[in-house]
Amino acid sequence: MAAPPEPVLAAPLVDPMLPRVGRVRARRRDAPLVFTLEIEPAEGSLPPFAPGQFNMLTVFGVGEVPISLSGDPARPGRLIHTVRAVGPVSTALSRLDRGDPVGLRGPFGTGWPVEQAAGSDVVVVAGGLGLAPLRPALYQLLAPRRRYGRIALLYGTRSPADILFAREIDAWRRRKDIEVHVTVDHATGDWPHQVGVVTSLISRARFDPARTTALVCGPEVMMRFAIGTLQGAGVASTQIYLSLERNMKCAIGLCGHCQMGAAFICRDGPVFRHDRVRDMLALREI
Amino acid sequence: MSGIGTSSARPDRSAIFPIEALGTLFDALRGRGYRLIGPTLRDGAIVYDDIASVDELPRGWSDEQSGGRYRLIRRGDDAVFGYAVGPHSWKRFLHPPRQRLWRAKRHGGEVQVTAEAVPEERLALIGIRACDLKAIAIQDRVLTGGSYLDPYYKARRERIFVVAVNCSVAGGTCFCASMQSGPKVTETFDLALTELCDDGMHAFVAEAATDEGRVVLAGLPHRPATGDEVDAAAAVVARTAASMGREMPSEGVRELLLRNLEHPRWDEVAARCLTCGNCTMVCPTCFCTTVEDASDVTGVESSRSQRWDSCFTMDFSYIHGGSVRASPQSRYRQWMTHKLATWFDQFGSSGCVGCGRCITWCPVGIDITEEVAAIRASEAH
Amino acid sequence: METHGLDRILREHPFFAGLEEDFCQLVCGCARNVRFDAGQHLFREGEPASEFFLIRQGRVALEIRAPGRGAITFQTVGEGEIVGVSWLIPPYRWTYDAKALEVVRAIGINATCLRDKSESDHDLGYELMKRFVPVLVQRLQATRLQILDVYGSPA
Repeated sequence: MAAPPEPVLAAPLVDPMLPRVGRVRARRRDAPLVFTLEIEPAEGSLPPFAPGQFNMLTVFGVGEVPISLSGDPARPGRLIHTVRAVGPVSTALSRLDRGDPVGLRGPFGTGWPVEQAAGSDVVVVAGGLGLAPLRPALYQLLAPRRRYGRIALLYGTRSPADILFAREIDAWRRRKDIEVHVTVDHATGDWPHQVGVVTSLISRARFDPARTTALVCGPEVMMRFAIGTLQGAGVASTQIYLSLERNMKCAIGLCGHCQMGAAFICRDGPVFRHDRVRDMLALREI
Repeated sequence: MSGIGTSSARPDRSAIFPIEALGTLFDALRGRGYRLIGPTLRDGAIVYDDIASVDELPRGWSDEQSGGRYRLIRRGDDAVFGYAVGPHSWKRFLHPPRQRLWRAKRHGGEVQVTAEAVPEERLALIGIRACDLKAIAIQDRVLTGGSYLDPYYKARRERIFVVAVNCSVAGGTCFCASMQSGPKVTETFDLALTELCDDGMHAFVAEAATDEGRVVLAGLPHRPATGDEVDAAAAVVARTAASMGREMPSEGVRELLLRNLEHPRWDEVAARCLTCGNCTMVCPTCFCTTVEDASDVTGVESSRSQRWDSCFTMDFSYIHGGSVRASPQSRYRQWMTHKLATWFDQFGSSGCVGCGRCITWCPVGIDITEEVAAIRASEAH
Repeated sequence: METHGLDRILREHPFFAGLEEDFCQLVCGCARNVRFDAGQHLFREGEPASEFFLIRQGRVALEIRAPGRGAITFQTVGEGEIVGVSWLIPPYRWTYDAKALEVVRAIGINATCLRDKSESDHDLGYELMKRFVPVLVQRLQATRLQILDVYGSPA
């Protein structure tokens, strides 16, 4: 692999393995098993984060998991994390109440190339929970909206009940300056929007492939298909960014768990430019 | 010893001291506040452990090693360092199998997190070999060379005193010579010894490479080594280099493996591999860890510890839904390609020092040198 | 005038983009303009696949009915896409329902007419196959992704 990109923001932590204590300020259920926690750092604020970065969250006595930041980078004192309760720690996180303590380490990892994308069209392709780490990027894309060409959000998930941030998506839909397409794999009843896989949305979005930056996040299989379709539409591999997921214990490149080839996903990723990981994505069990 | 990453100082002219002075050396180091760790006999093997006196060294013992096999044998003399490396490397002292990171205590709604204090203990590593010293230099880059570092490793590492020994025998699974990591000590040391034990002579040709090493050496009964004695010491190392049990030509190994990530040999080795992880435990450079949280029954106190982990477990690569590396093929490939290929990209060198432990302590005798050779040979056809 | 309009619409539809003039005339001879109101079916499962549709406007839900579960939408198709491939292969019957979700304007192409022309002009048939096969492959891949249920929670 070529030289990995530098982390967008270096975390100036004295002891990077030591959690700071935060407190749950609010918890909201987004979808079956999916919750969004708003956490207030109790001991001053954490360093600012870049869209795409993650924190390590600890439930004391249970354990620690990496969870991407899903809130607005312009409001770093309000840490928003969207969690799916699939393991012991994430389940414990999803059961926390207002006022409960949470351990915080971070932010870690590389972010989405929001700055470099200025002047170009941006296509955001999200699958399932993959919308969570992309939401901070959307906030930044929309904040100084004039800096970008066309912006499209293409979001696919399992069923209408699984759609995250539904009210926000509806608000984006009403805007004239972002094209929003939401599709679900299966629908019954009164779902008024698209049904089909997220890749089918790519041909519906308006963008100029020669000057487009694509941000892709979701299950790895979905990302492979989506990237193939983006490339088929004329977006170069060097203009496509994706966020990868691997087992992480330390988040600082020392525990060895998240290796994928020569890359440490926690440190060199999770956001990678596609051409830099393309070969590894093609390998089984790497 | 001077800090991590300092370049090797030029050793002074060699001195020589008799076997009897080894006790004086131990006393001197203890007197300077060091806890002595050195080779001793335990459980049918030569292991590194606390040693109180020269009597605890494996005097007159050697070992026979081959794939999946280790046996102690008697030597015909009284050499105290006349064997190759045993199952344990020094990483268990610098990067221990378990390290508590912090404790947390809940008072009502408040949680207080307290970091585990960094150790202040000073360790004298007695009898460390070239390969293991090289391994420490490699772990230095891994654990202290990046933007984040392991403060516990760093604290232990900065306080060691290194009494290195140039190997007088090569084990049956040794291949340090072809990895350019031995048998002569080249990394930073305080003292380096070569044991001369024949013709009624039992002495150590010694070099000091640091100020503290010079001070310690000066306190021992010694004299300058003669040209013949220096030649004899060089001959010991040369003989060892010429009798390596294995070899792994290091030329192009990284590229070889990276272009053969899909290769039938991975299936063949996986058919034998038990994925027990022994190779990762005995490897002096394997650094992977996991964390474990614990709490008391009331949930008031909790703590997190770091412990060695192995890329051979299913858990290692688990993400919700399953393991990324579910097959033994993929796990062996991960271990070997990390060690011999991607390590270069990450840390600027090979992750292998040719100590041979992974071969000796593999229950089925899988041989990393043989695996590389097989993949290389398949390209020759 | 009607034919001229169809000719232009056909040419402008992405599915027939770049179609040679001769082939365009042949296809036009089998085509008609159609309109469906919201909720109206383009076709239903089991009916003869006698016509397929190039969607010009509006969205169509492709549904399968299952006892106790009602109609399950597995795909929606919109402007610039096509509805219906079962007309290509025997027994030429629809295997799902196609229902307009809103007002749908489309070009309907008579399947028997186009099959007959393709049989007598294999160049036309080959040209059509080159346009249908990618649609089929895309749908197959989409179906694979749906089967994988990639967003699903681990059991």
